[in-house]
Amino acid sequence: MQVSNTRQIKQLQFGELFFRKGLALSALLLGIILLSIFITILVASLPSIKAIGISFFYGKTWNPVENDFGGLPFLIGTLVTSILALIISVPFSISVGLFLGEYFTKGFLSVFFKNSIELLAAIPSVIYGFVGMFILVPFVRDLETSLSLPPYGVGIFTASIILSIMIIPYSVSLIRQVIMLVPSSLKEAAYSLGATRYEVIKNIIIPYTRSGIGAGILLSLGRALGETMAVTMLIGNSQILPTNIFAPSNTMASVIANEFTEATGDVYLSALIEMGLFLFVVTTIINVIGRQIIKRFSID
Amino acid sequence: MERGIQIRKYKNIVLKTGVVLFTVIVTLPLLLVLLYIFKRGISAISWDFLANLPKPVGETGGGIFNALIGSAIIIGIAALIAIPFGVSIGVYLSEFRKTKLAYWTLLSVDVLQGIPSIVIGIVIYLWIVKTMGSFSALSGSIALSLMMLPSIIKSTEETLKLIPDSLKEASLSLGVPYYRTILKVILPAGISGILSGVMLGIARIAGETAPLLFTAFGNPFTNTNILKPMASLPLVIFNYAISPYDEWHELAWGAAFLLILFILLLNTLTKLAEKKWRVQF
Amino acid sequence: MESTILKSENFSAWFGENQVLKKINIEIPRNNIVAVMGPSGCGKTTFIRCVNRMHELTNDTHVEGTIFYTKNDIYKMDPIILRRFIGMVFQRPNPFPTMSIYQNVIAGYTLNGASLRKPEKDELVEDSLKKAALWDEVKDMLHRKGTFLSGGQQQRLCIARALAMKPEILLLDEPTSALDPISTAKIEELLFDLKKNYTLLIVTHNMQQAGRVSDKTAFFYLGELIEYNDTKEIFTNPKNEKTQNYITGRFG
Repeated sequence: MQVSNTRQIKQLQFGELFFRKGLALSALLLGIILLSIFITILVASLPSIKAIGISFFYGKTWNPVENDFGGLPFLIGTLVTSILALIISVPFSISVGLFLGEYFTKGFLSVFFKNSIELLAAIPSVIYGFVGMFILVPFVRDLETSLSLPPYGVGIFTASIILSIMIIPYSVSLIRQVIMLVPSSLKEAAYSLGATRYEVIKNIIIPYTRSGIGAGILLSLGRALGETMAVTMLIGNSQILPTNIFAPSNTMASVIANEFTEATGDVYLSALIEMGLFLFVVTTIINVIGRQIIKRFSID
Repeated sequence: MERGIQIRKYKNIVLKTGVVLFTVIVTLPLLLVLLYIFKRGISAISWDFLANLPKPVGETGGGIFNALIGSAIIIGIAALIAIPFGVSIGVYLSEFRKTKLAYWTLLSVDVLQGIPSIVIGIVIYLWIVKTMGSFSALSGSIALSLMMLPSIIKSTEETLKLIPDSLKEASLSLGVPYYRTILKVILPAGISGILSGVMLGIARIAGETAPLLFTAFGNPFTNTNILKPMASLPLVIFNYAISPYDEWHELAWGAAFLLILFILLLNTLTKLAEKKWRVQF
Repeated sequence: MESTILKSENFSAWFGENQVLKKINIEIPRNNIVAVMGPSGCGKTTFIRCVNRMHELTNDTHVEGTIFYTKNDIYKMDPIILRRFIGMVFQRPNPFPTMSIYQNVIAGYTLNGASLRKPEKDELVEDSLKKAALWDEVKDMLHRKGTFLSGGQQQRLCIARALAMKPEILLLDEPTSALDPISTAKIEELLFDLKKNYTLLIVTHNMQQAGRVSDKTAFFYLGELIEYNDTKEIFTNPKNEKTQNYITGRFG
């Protein structure tokens, strides 16, 4: 099959060039979009940054009617909820990671639990929130009554439990990956010296994968900080600085979800966007660091 | 010595039991959520539920037709935007692995994947809703398309990376231009992986609520104009779930049931796609 | 007098800083089988990958000097066009996994967007498969996947696929290295038949194969063309010491 005329050849060469440039352009476009996202929220946050300044991070009162935009209650709410969720999730994440990455790497049990964990990640946030309102809230209310605390049912504790369930799948998939990367020669060497599996895990696997497990937990923290719907539905939406872990509170993401469409006034809207900027910057830093660690780990 | 071994064995068993126990505990919430949704949801499902609009507070019955149509439109347009864009980025990443642009693009994908969905909502609000002066289904679709990009890009890249170079060379040696080689040889050979990425992406955005709050916004009526506010399943679940009315909770349970069903279906299809349509080299 | 179909002039090629071909001058006569042999790493595969300009697909490669296909400088031709005159068969059989046997044979046309009518396609498929000595074995299962065939059959399918494009030259890069002896024998037999209509350039690290199938043999060593002559001469009366060492098995 021969092509002889030059017009056809020109067409071919044009198509070839156009395609390659198109691919590169689409990749470039993604970077541009990301940069634009950052610039957009930065610029939209400027009115708030100018008007509120640094007190955004330590002001205790959030009262948009009075033009008080102190974000400390939400900063605390976000950090406490996320860290509590992290503390609850870590033992589970590491256990499931060991289960799938070391104890049962093949076979029915492995497939069953791996799929279950994937489904856990597939359930939408709004559904976790909804079911949490009906199952977890009454449970926590009873718990609070028995501890003679005000029986809100909703609050930091409730949100943290749901949040921990939601972030477990992310850390599990990463922890499982790094555990599976442990060279079997290392493990075999230990076994051949008479080590038990417990000792292999404690002395070989955990030290070898420490940085990778850390990165997995870090990345799940990134998830937790920005998680919105379930938290919004379960945290109680209080603007007051929380005094204990059962208190109703608000996270930055849930404040945005609740107040964004109702925000009147430029500074108010801008203050909400500034929280978005904060979330964006923090999660991006966490993500880049976490991914970098994982990448270095898999190359070693 | 004898006792030492006993203790070591004991520790070994304790650890294993603990790991198994914790793993089982982790799957309990899944079971609980699924069972609860099925129990509450199935009773809500009826023909009226699927074909009617929501009724005002106080009246029983009514349905979520508006949200079903809305979700289909919003997800459909999001997929139409994200699939070609994501696949071409994936192709770029697998074809030009060592370039600087590829390095930065991979980093961008990671960052995009980590951005909280509510932040995407804010940005699309500022870009589109504010510019066009109205909440709209289109803005919701654009927000969701950004959310599904990472899974399409990653699965495309990872699938194509595994396709042996010999296949590309076979095509090029027949005088087939590069772009036809990619479109007609490489992409079809990787179709199972790409499709599973697309379906996982759709499953992910089907339940996304946060980015729709300030974009598609929701609509109590059936709307097919993509430049106007539109209802969607997750929005309906959220709005009715936080309402104090039992009738609306009923609607929300029904909607949640349908949403879960759809997501389970997509997950199953993904597994099938990975197995059945896998191309043997 | 036989005419020259391919001719290289002071042709050199690099992978990055590493020069893998050093000023190669060679003339390939039409309707001959030319074997390119030498120990691994000698540049023989690179050489034939330069002939259809596949070498440049690898990142960070460049060439100097030139190769003429008939009277045309191949580096002034469009590689896509060039590759339609010069077919290639690879070390490992690489039929298109998504296509049937039938589709594989006419892949060069369909992938290029050519529209053929059904009878034309049928004829092309039958003709090419017959030339590749595969027709009898597959004529009843043309619509099964190409990857379903045995390795030797797959390789002949790849030859049929290349022949369907009606090339002038066929490049074969160690086409039997992944095959069993019986399949190898079949392919070697096939090469004899193909000689009538095509010029064949076959890379092999197997001296016996070079001796069995080729009219002329080129011996490459460390990127240089050490000796090029009629196969009989090379094997019975090598001029160069290195060639002699190689064919007597003293290195390589």
